[in-house]
Amino acid sequence: MRDRKVTQMLRKLALSATAALALSTGGAMAAGEGHVEDYAFSFEGPFGSYDQNQLQRGLQIYTEICSSCHGLNLVAYRTLADEGGPALPEDQMRAYAAQYMVFDPAADGGFGADVPAQPQHHFGNSGMDTAPDLSLMAKARAGFHGPYGTGLAQLFRGMGGAEYIASLMAGYAENPECAPDGIDGYYYNTAFSTGGYPESCVDEEGHHMAPGSWIAMPPPLMGDDVEFVDGHSTDLHHEAEDIAAFLMWTAEPHLNARKQAGLTGVIFLTILAVLLYLTNKRLWAPHKHRARQ
Amino acid sequence: MSGIPHDHYEPKTRIEKWLNSRLPIVGLVYDTLMIPTPRNLNWMWIWGIVLVFTLVLQIATGIVLVMHYTPHVDLAFRSVEHIMRDVNGGHMIRYFHANGASLFFVAVYLHIFRGLYYGSYKAPREVTWIIGMLIYLVMMATGFMGYVLPWGQMSFHGTAVITGLFGAIPFVGESLQAWLLGAGAVGQPALNRFFSLHYLLPFILLGLVIVHVWAFHSTGNNNPTGVEVRRTSKEEAQKDTLPFWPYFVIKDLFALVVILVIFMAIVGFMPNYLGHPDNYTPANPLATPSHIVPEWYFLPFYAILRAFTADVWAVQFVQFISFGIIDAKFFGVVAMFGAILVMALVPWLDTSSVRSGRFRPMFKWWFRLLCIDFLVLMWVGAQGTTFPYDWISLIAATYWFAYFLVILPILGVIEKPLTPPSSIEEDFNAHYPAE
Repeated sequence: MRDRKVTQMLRKLALSATAALALSTGGAMAAGEGHVEDYAFSFEGPFGSYDQNQLQRGLQIYTEICSSCHGLNLVAYRTLADEGGPALPEDQMRAYAAQYMVFDPAADGGFGADVPAQPQHHFGNSGMDTAPDLSLMAKARAGFHGPYGTGLAQLFRGMGGAEYIASLMAGYAENPECAPDGIDGYYYNTAFSTGGYPESCVDEEGHHMAPGSWIAMPPPLMGDDVEFVDGHSTDLHHEAEDIAAFLMWTAEPHLNARKQAGLTGVIFLTILAVLLYLTNKRLWAPHKHRARQ
Repeated sequence: MSGIPHDHYEPKTRIEKWLNSRLPIVGLVYDTLMIPTPRNLNWMWIWGIVLVFTLVLQIATGIVLVMHYTPHVDLAFRSVEHIMRDVNGGHMIRYFHANGASLFFVAVYLHIFRGLYYGSYKAPREVTWIIGMLIYLVMMATGFMGYVLPWGQMSFHGTAVITGLFGAIPFVGESLQAWLLGAGAVGQPALNRFFSLHYLLPFILLGLVIVHVWAFHSTGNNNPTGVEVRRTSKEEAQKDTLPFWPYFVIKDLFALVVILVIFMAIVGFMPNYLGHPDNYTPANPLATPSHIVPEWYFLPFYAILRAFTADVWAVQFVQFISFGIIDAKFFGVVAMFGAILVMALVPWLDTSSVRSGRFRPMFKWWFRLLCIDFLVLMWVGAQGTTFPYDWISLIAATYWFAYFLVILPILGVIEKPLTPPSSIEEDFNAHYPAE
């Protein structure tokens, strides 16, 4: 009876805490009305972790395609060899870095010269002014918000940024019926929400008749753009997933370690809570269960 | 220290006597830890410990973050990413700190509403309440300035919006805003001073917390019945109370650890849940995010700020009689600060002779409505300003003021309260009858 009361109180306590958190989704609201598909990535959920092979495939796609315009200036080459990342062998990582040239002011007897990059150097900046750096893109986009915009789906299905990138890669489509000519020089994409949008696709109530908007970037992936040594499928959706996973890693390189720390913390704190509960129960027993006088 | 009679520390050994005659610090700690505490405190009395823990957590993680952070407009964003990528355990420390702010506000709101329900603000605890409100204000300032430091898009544009509030004050507004920012616009001077203040304010907070604890240790804790501890003799007081150590320390620690399980799950599994994706884009003065939304803990008051638009007749009336000096924008700013001020004045607005809401049948319903109102404000603060959100925020904001300024004063007169138990002992024994 009394135990039930305590559990009820605890439940109330936990509920009020989660309710307060659940109500606080304000920040996560996205603009526009892009269609973001819910991909099942290996790194979602409390037990999720990166798939090393997928990250290596994503690195290959980035290197061969994205890097011609987009930079990754927050990412150091050495991290490609990190546990919980693409985990390239040390020599491969060094060879990867050495493909790129960086300016070393001390080289050439103090005159400075371009030298092959070392592991401590970072990927370059974007080669084009209009192409954003991709280091944090997977965290800088909201993706989707779960049921009723509560964002609670994050816990089990990831935060949505990687889904957004994959949807964007696979989201190029023919111009919709409402705007058969589209916007000159732009490409219709069902996932991209913040681009130009023709008046002819807005109905009387101001709603968008076609999802997404028009983006300046030409379709970067068409399917079969790269060839993987492991023979993994190169259709558009698989490529889109691989590059999205890789960019999730560049945005959150310590995700594996963080989830492990979280799980360890939850388990040990739960044990501590049980011990404290029993201590508390025993401590109060003489006062709560007095003998009748 | 406490007005409740209890055993005080007596130095026994020679060394204790030697120290005590020079610095009575052991006695101070003893009296603080052994303070008689009403034995009927329920689970809503645990938030104080959670808050103390969170303050220490924020200071400890914050000191480490400062070791790696650079307060410069060109370097701040990168230095935060340096913490996230290169500093050992840096990603955990930063996520603890960022989510710690949310834990802080969850706890402080539950703590404040606990006080509002059980009448903890009423005599003789008004000073505790006022200091608590000061703590809350300093917390909000600290939280806001902390959010500026990563120098992301939301940091930058949020700062422009919030400091713009001061710009709405008639006559002195623009100068005041420039003085706060150290320049005509948000930039390096603002980042530097916010960094300085974000480091300073938590220590002021710590000082205020000590005074807050001192104040309620002088009056004794309130409790769910609102009935005071009997103080005529030590024996009688002991029937109503138990010493803080070990009874309440262990109980509070248990509750704290349960909350930390949830906290750890959020930090470990969804640490960006409460943040804005926009803040992972470096600040760019030329590109304004489509929605500038404050952190969740500011949303209720942000909703009140936005509720009073120029279409509201009360706003038009005030604008008319003030010869246009108080326009809608300034009215909103006054309303926002006023919403906190009326809460601070509640000890004098509540006219009821009974302290605890448990014995106030009508009050209970109005209070429940206030809780819902607060959540509605929090929700609507993140929505747009179009219909129906404009009406919802106006109604919710109006109820907030009506509760404190109209309902509480009237309730005390017209409500017929139930009779509280004659003592805490009676209440406790009714819950836990002898076997």
